[in-house]
Amino acid sequence: MRDFSYLRAGSVDAARQASALPGAMLLAGGTTLIDLAKCGVAEPDTLVDITHLKGLDAITVDDRGATIGALAKMSSIADHADIKSRFPAVSEALWQAASAQIRNMATIGGNLMQRTRCPYFRDRENFPACNKRTPGSGCSAIGGVTRGHAVLGTSEACIATYPGDLAVALVAFDAIVHLGDRQVQVEDFFLLPGTTPDKEHAIQQGEVITAISIPGTPAARRSTYLKVRDRQSYEFAAASAAVGIEFEADGRTIRDLRVALGGVATKPWRARAVEAALKGKVLEADVVRRASLLAMEGAVDHGANHYKIELAPRVVARAILKMGETA
Amino acid sequence: MTVHITRHGDASDGTEAVGSRLSRVDGPAKITGAAKYAVEQQLDGLAYAVLIESTIAAGKVRSIDTEAAEAAPGVLTVLTPDNIPPLKTASDWLGTPPPDAPYCPLAREITFSGQHVAAVVAETFEQAVAAAALAQVSYDEVPAIVDLSDGNAGDGIPIDAMTKAWGDAEAAFAAAPVRICAAYNTPREYQAPMEPHGLIARWQGDQLTVWEPSQWLDGMARTYAEWFGVPFENVRLVSPYIGGGFGSKALALGHGAVAAIAARMLDRPVRLVMTRPQTFTGYGGRAATRQTVTIGADADGIIQSIVHRGVNETSIDGMWVEPLGSTTSIMYATPNFSSRQNVVRVNSVVPGAMRAPGENPSAFGIESAIDELAYEVGVDPLEIRLRNYAEQDPHAKKAWSTRQLREAYAAGAERFGWSKRSPKPRSMRDGNQLIGWGVAAGTYPVRRAYGEAMVRILADGSVEVESSSIDMGQGTYTILAQTAAETLGVPADNVVVKLGDSRFARAGVTGGSRLAGVMTGAVHKAASAALDELVGLAISDPRSPFHALQANTLVVTNGRITSPRGEGPEVSIAELLASVGRDRIEAKGDTMPANSTAEERYKNYTTIAMALPHTEGDYSRYSWCAHFIEVRVDEDFGTVRVSRVVSALDSGRLYNPKLAESQWKGGIIMGIGQALLEEGIVDRRHGRIVNNNLADYLVPTNADIPDIEVISVGIPDPHSSVLGGKGVGELAIVGVAPAIANAVFHATGKRIRDLPITLEKLI
Ligand SMILES: Cc1cc2nc3c(=O)[nH]c(=O)nc-3n(C[C@H](O)[C@H](O)[C@H](O)COP(=O)(O)OP(=O)(O)OC[C@H]3O[C@@H](n4cnc5c(N)ncnc54)[C@H](O)[C@@H]3O)c2cc1C
Ligand code: SF4
Repeated sequence: MRDFSYLRAGSVDAARQASALPGAMLLAGGTTLIDLAKCGVAEPDTLVDITHLKGLDAITVDDRGATIGALAKMSSIADHADIKSRFPAVSEALWQAASAQIRNMATIGGNLMQRTRCPYFRDRENFPACNKRTPGSGCSAIGGVTRGHAVLGTSEACIATYPGDLAVALVAFDAIVHLGDRQVQVEDFFLLPGTTPDKEHAIQQGEVITAISIPGTPAARRSTYLKVRDRQSYEFAAASAAVGIEFEADGRTIRDLRVALGGVATKPWRARAVEAALKGKVLEADVVRRASLLAMEGAVDHGANHYKIELAPRVVARAILKMGETA
Repeated sequence: MTVHITRHGDASDGTEAVGSRLSRVDGPAKITGAAKYAVEQQLDGLAYAVLIESTIAAGKVRSIDTEAAEAAPGVLTVLTPDNIPPLKTASDWLGTPPPDAPYCPLAREITFSGQHVAAVVAETFEQAVAAAALAQVSYDEVPAIVDLSDGNAGDGIPIDAMTKAWGDAEAAFAAAPVRICAAYNTPREYQAPMEPHGLIARWQGDQLTVWEPSQWLDGMARTYAEWFGVPFENVRLVSPYIGGGFGSKALALGHGAVAAIAARMLDRPVRLVMTRPQTFTGYGGRAATRQTVTIGADADGIIQSIVHRGVNETSIDGMWVEPLGSTTSIMYATPNFSSRQNVVRVNSVVPGAMRAPGENPSAFGIESAIDELAYEVGVDPLEIRLRNYAEQDPHAKKAWSTRQLREAYAAGAERFGWSKRSPKPRSMRDGNQLIGWGVAAGTYPVRRAYGEAMVRILADGSVEVESSSIDMGQGTYTILAQTAAETLGVPADNVVVKLGDSRFARAGVTGGSRLAGVMTGAVHKAASAALDELVGLAISDPRSPFHALQANTLVVTNGRITSPRGEGPEVSIAELLASVGRDRIEAKGDTMPANSTAEERYKNYTTIAMALPHTEGDYSRYSWCAHFIEVRVDEDFGTVRVSRVVSALDSGRLYNPKLAESQWKGGIIMGIGQALLEEGIVDRRHGRIVNNNLADYLVPTNADIPDIEVISVGIPDPHSSVLGGKGVGELAIVGVAPAIANAVFHATGKRIRDLPITLEKLI
């Protein structure tokens, strides 16, 4: 970790200005940023601390939806009564993320911006080649240890998995990222690696995430987040699914379905093919299982991560069927 | 995880003697943060060292450009092989005289990725880290042998000392009507203690003080002394608390030499702490192993023959043998047996000791194989173990000192409800969860050694016990207080135990589960001598209030002295000492043969050469256990969760059941990690561990651990230790992994022979 200067922003505007300077980075809970700085991956010249900015941690929920300030802590959102009742998938995604200590420190803004856990990305000394860290240097993961790497949305330049949980739920329910006045659909906020894996988010230097809003829908109300991993807690997903469902009046025919995947793709992955295949259908186990296979359309494995192609559709199917059961 | 409420016999009911459930006396200091760990010492002028490690696995350092690092702010020096004084090679832990060759803890010849090649010392830690990033090391790289499956790894070196054979195992196997043959693999596993390795070294003239977490102060002091060519007495190791060792903190390692060199060169105290990633390459974890186990049996599952072949990896220039035939050769009665082992050199750091080295992977092989035999012949897995029960040590052909394994099977099966098990695989389920029940046994030899302790009775009647042995969480502070209290007849509260300073009475290694047996014996002996002196004074000193009584003995209970029949006075120890004009009674005791020479004593504490064989004399001495484990396997996801554990264990007499139970549970938890999660993953192109941190190297969390019930079935074993205990610390991990693998087979019908049992192996 090298020396940097530290600055406390007095307002969101001040934070914008300060973070627009080259080498400046916003500091929220620090659970990603300090960690990466210690590995020598993040090398800020200036840290612009926004944690004490007033009013940015508000959580408001009404019939239209939820608006969550960027500085709201993972734990307080997870535990918010209205989030739990109207957006169970959001609460569950947060509860199953990281550890209690991290959830108490980490903010929702920082959470969206967390970086990949690709081990090569995190070890610059031993693995100089990493296109995400050093554009044009190559990809050390391809041909290496790939058990955790993505099978969807990969490119020849990068196969790193987007590791977060919350964003998967947000993508399923069409959440919006507020960058002050500018608004971006969360699905568009995350970029595919393509030839520029260093560019991960549709955010410019000097922009600050101020809030996230999630439209209130029946599917969001009847939703769940299912996370599968070897360790019961404190591990990133081998595969996960955020699912929300709305039935017709008959209670069996699917009117609206939302499916997004985590742990298997280079960005939080909306599985629209699964949604389309099941909308208007009566919920039946076989049909759901077959449709869930569509989640893996276009999937490419790199050896050790092949299991994800088998696993992810099963996770999707289980989550959909679970939502059906609670009819 | 459940908190078990202790219902009886703990300190609150006033019993504190050996065998009672006294809580850890060091607990409050640790919980409140008052316990100061080795590198937390505040010293004036402290400088900070940071290691630079090789980024290739094989080759040579061509050059190290230190210019930029040396010019960086706060940098005091950059150490490389070219500018540090050579040390002398130290003897090994057996005390084998070393070759007369220099030792350089910074490498020019690279034999593994992560080898120390240079170090930066600066005024602050941050400056040292920043400067280390500026040093440029260039290499000439050659192809590495990355692991056991490397095409160039070869068959390895036969280790003849590991060969065990009786009867004609091959012929008997060929003739057996039922034959099982399978290969079992375990990966590199890491001790991953919470407290990383590190130290502060300070020289004052030719005197070296090292504050370092240590499982063996005297052994490490000897190594430092030999490295620097100073007398053993000149080196002081201080290690009051240890944040976990699991075998990894018993030896002085290269990073310690680097810090001590830097301290000497700079004439300042130097602190060096490994980063978490460095703890995966700065010293060795458990070696990766491969075993083939073949069993020939008759139709009833009675074993006729066991043929066992094992391989473990070691480094290019170091030797580590993980004895893979250890459990194999003693668990079951068999008329014919053969075990051999090879060691294969790969480009890794030399592996090291990790909780039950040898017995642990060995048990994974034999305890999985016997389970396979059980299904093959259609006999219950518990029943097949009883049919092949070894009534004596099949290898040493000696009687067991004590072997309560049959009792362990019975008690565990009863509590677990084993009789309700449905025998067929995949026959028990709960929704999507396939349920499986597995059993496996474990064992660990009773390692014995001689110990020494100092016991002082002070003027105020309190007692001080001193030993250079250590407490890394197992409870040494507590059980030695209990031992002294019981022997002397004082409350345990009145006993202060001081450990972890090599100036105290000497102690051998805290490893191989030997410490409790060795040290309770030594404290018992020293305390008995102190008591004899106290009573002697009370009887014979003319100033003593007991003098007139003309008794030939007195009784001390609860810190008060009386005559056996109660006639005469009752005085406190403090009053007696005052009356006879003594400010203390001091007795050093050891359990070594009386005629031992000074050289033998030195050897006893600074090497393991004088450890007593566990098969010495007429008996074979082991601890035993049986684990009964329930798993739930998600049929779609392949995820395995342990939902119930009942283990019955024979560690002989327990000096403190509460502490023993905690250690057993700790071992079982570590076994769950080994079975399901732990694996050092090697990038095969670079010969480097990539999951070298605690986010990626997974150990169990609380959420992974169910209720664990442990049952003690031990009886005092007079052949194993002075007070009748056997080993506790390592026993319980042995057999957990195969019990889980066996349960997974019962749940799913899939036999997993490669640890860990991760989800992709089951979907
Ligand atoms: C061991 C470990 C395990 C974890 N496990 C999980 C898991 O299972 N699931 C999961 O989802 N996450 C997991 N995480 C990630 C964790 O959720 C994130 O580290 C955390 O949410 C980041 O939030 P923060 O406030 O600490 O961000 P910081 O570290 O402060 O910031 C992260 C990044 O976001 C930028 N940033 C912060 N706030 C803003 C803002 N308002 N506008 C624009 N940019 C901003 C920063 O500049 C920085 O680049 C884990 C992390 C660790 C260390
Ligand atoms: S997968 Fe992406 S992050 Fe990982 S090494 Fe390749 S380019 Fe870097």
